[in-house]
Amino acid sequence: MERRIGAAILGPGNIGTDLLTKLRRAEAVEVRLMAGIVADSPGLARAAAAGLDTSAEGITAVLGRDDIELVFDATAAQAHLENAPLLAAAGKRAIDLTPAAVGPYVVPAVNLEQHLERENVNMVSCGGQATIPFVHAIDRVADVSYAEIVATISSASAGPGTRQNIDHFTETTAKGIEDVGGADEAKAIIVLNPADPPILMRDTVFARVRQPDAEEIERSVSAMVTELSAYVPGVRLILCETDGNKVTVMVEIEGAGDFLPTYAGNLDIMTAAAARVGQGMAEHMLGARA
Amino acid sequence: MSVNLVDTSLRDGMHSVSHSFTPEQMAAVAVALDPAGLRLLEVAHGDGLGGSSFQYGFAAASDLEYVEAVVAVAERTEVAVLLLPGIGTIKMLAEARRRGAGAVRVATHCTEADISAQHIAWAREQGMTTIGFLMMSHMLEPAALAEQAALMESYGAEVVYAVDSAGALVPDGARHRVEALRDRLSVEVGFHAHNNLGCAVGNSLAAVAAGATWVDGSLRGLGAGAGNAATEVLAAALDKAGVETGADLFALMDAAEDVVAPLLPRPQIIDRASLVLGYAGVYSSFLRHTERAAEKYGVDARELLVELGRRQVVGGQEDVIIEVAAQRALAS
Repeated sequence: MERRIGAAILGPGNIGTDLLTKLRRAEAVEVRLMAGIVADSPGLARAAAAGLDTSAEGITAVLGRDDIELVFDATAAQAHLENAPLLAAAGKRAIDLTPAAVGPYVVPAVNLEQHLERENVNMVSCGGQATIPFVHAIDRVADVSYAEIVATISSASAGPGTRQNIDHFTETTAKGIEDVGGADEAKAIIVLNPADPPILMRDTVFARVRQPDAEEIERSVSAMVTELSAYVPGVRLILCETDGNKVTVMVEIEGAGDFLPTYAGNLDIMTAAAARVGQGMAEHMLGARA
Repeated sequence: MSVNLVDTSLRDGMHSVSHSFTPEQMAAVAVALDPAGLRLLEVAHGDGLGGSSFQYGFAAASDLEYVEAVVAVAERTEVAVLLLPGIGTIKMLAEARRRGAGAVRVATHCTEADISAQHIAWAREQGMTTIGFLMMSHMLEPAALAEQAALMESYGAEVVYAVDSAGALVPDGARHRVEALRDRLSVEVGFHAHNNLGCAVGNSLAAVAAGATWVDGSLRGLGAGAGNAATEVLAAALDKAGVETGADLFALMDAAEDVVAPLLPRPQIIDRASLVLGYAGVYSSFLRHTERAAEKYGVDARELLVELGRRQVVGGQEDVIIEVAAQRALAS
């Protein structure tokens, strides 16, 4: 019987490389191929040095491999829109780290179990991965009518994709807070801070709730910190406060420092969550075959 | 020499009243201001479109209601809105435009101009008067600020402002930044002052002398922190300096005294907390939030502001005020 599920990463940039480092610790996943579109890219060279097959043929190289069932797409929204139907037709599962959002949003600490058999899932946004677990933690005990999140990240960790389409962050994150976090209505704000040395990612969740039981909320939020720590060890609770029907939760997220710098907790949480989804899907696939 | 005078009583001034102006009050101010012959009336939540929130304070009405109320009475003056990418979106701007906003100021922290590319380009394509707004510009040296301004110009901004959000500049600092922008850009240059060090009108005069052709004020000096340059005072001072604004000075004075003054919960002065904003270089909008946090957690507002300045927090990070106040309360 097969013990690991073969995987490929599309997009050998910083995200793809950091993801590779994390997936090498995922017991049920074996990354066999790193595919890009630029032959002499440093990311492909890094992957080759790590002993992976590499290709500059992009999606074509992935489609040609029968030993690959799981594909992590760390390219760009437009590329994933093209890749998604090809991967689906080839029977390969896609974990989409781009903003394309072809499949449903998945936040491992909240709804991974519901999406283990999907052919395509989307990782929402960095702010979504950091805050939706806490909106859910509040909602499950206090019923959130309105949630608002503020994600503050270091300028150094905000790549061109984020910068060129920052509206996408606010709109997608707000939708994820509603769809996955359980808030009736949501708003998301992102702030870039250029301080040097770079600040860690910090996130604030404000929620208006219908059942403001401070002790219950604090217990649920603390439990969520533990659940999230399973795949994001650098999450730290700064504040959890209930004042009337307003709940405020603040967290700080330090990255694992695998390939990305530790201050880039916003990028780290995306790769950590994607690796967690990959491990979960692979375990599920292996379990079904056993 | 002539300059474009912009009044932001109904946007930056919202900070003075914790965003509580009603659309009716805004309309009353606009009725008084419209005949004064200004270039723009800026209208929105103090933190721009979409600013109404736990983070920045909930406004009494929606941005669209404010825009509609002012557009309905502004017969000769173009109505502008403010948009901070990361808070407001193009969708919100499109709604404001549909309701008659003809101009937009797209604002970013002074080092982050590239997050405004899509908003500036979109506004320009729609034929809006499109202005770039580089906030907290005291934190960046003039040459570097000019490079950020050039990015905004390249996206389509017709005017780029150096914005002294912390009211931390003195006239030399204002002059050097405006000169750097003027030398680097082909488009016009603006300056937006705050009065935390008592320099709002003086800095604006220095900016105009250095080549700025757009300057901002608020009636009675409304605005975040110690407020903006008072529009009526700035208009009078510019006139004395031989600068043409096209503004009707007496109409501005009447609007300030008869319409705005009665709306103010307290006079707009440089109290110790707002002076510390300018002195420590902290975003002026933090003032009211800091006062509330200081009271709630039983700590000194000035100590909070100094600590916020030390942490190099930028506009938009109002949540850090709560964090610092809670930590100080625990430590004491």
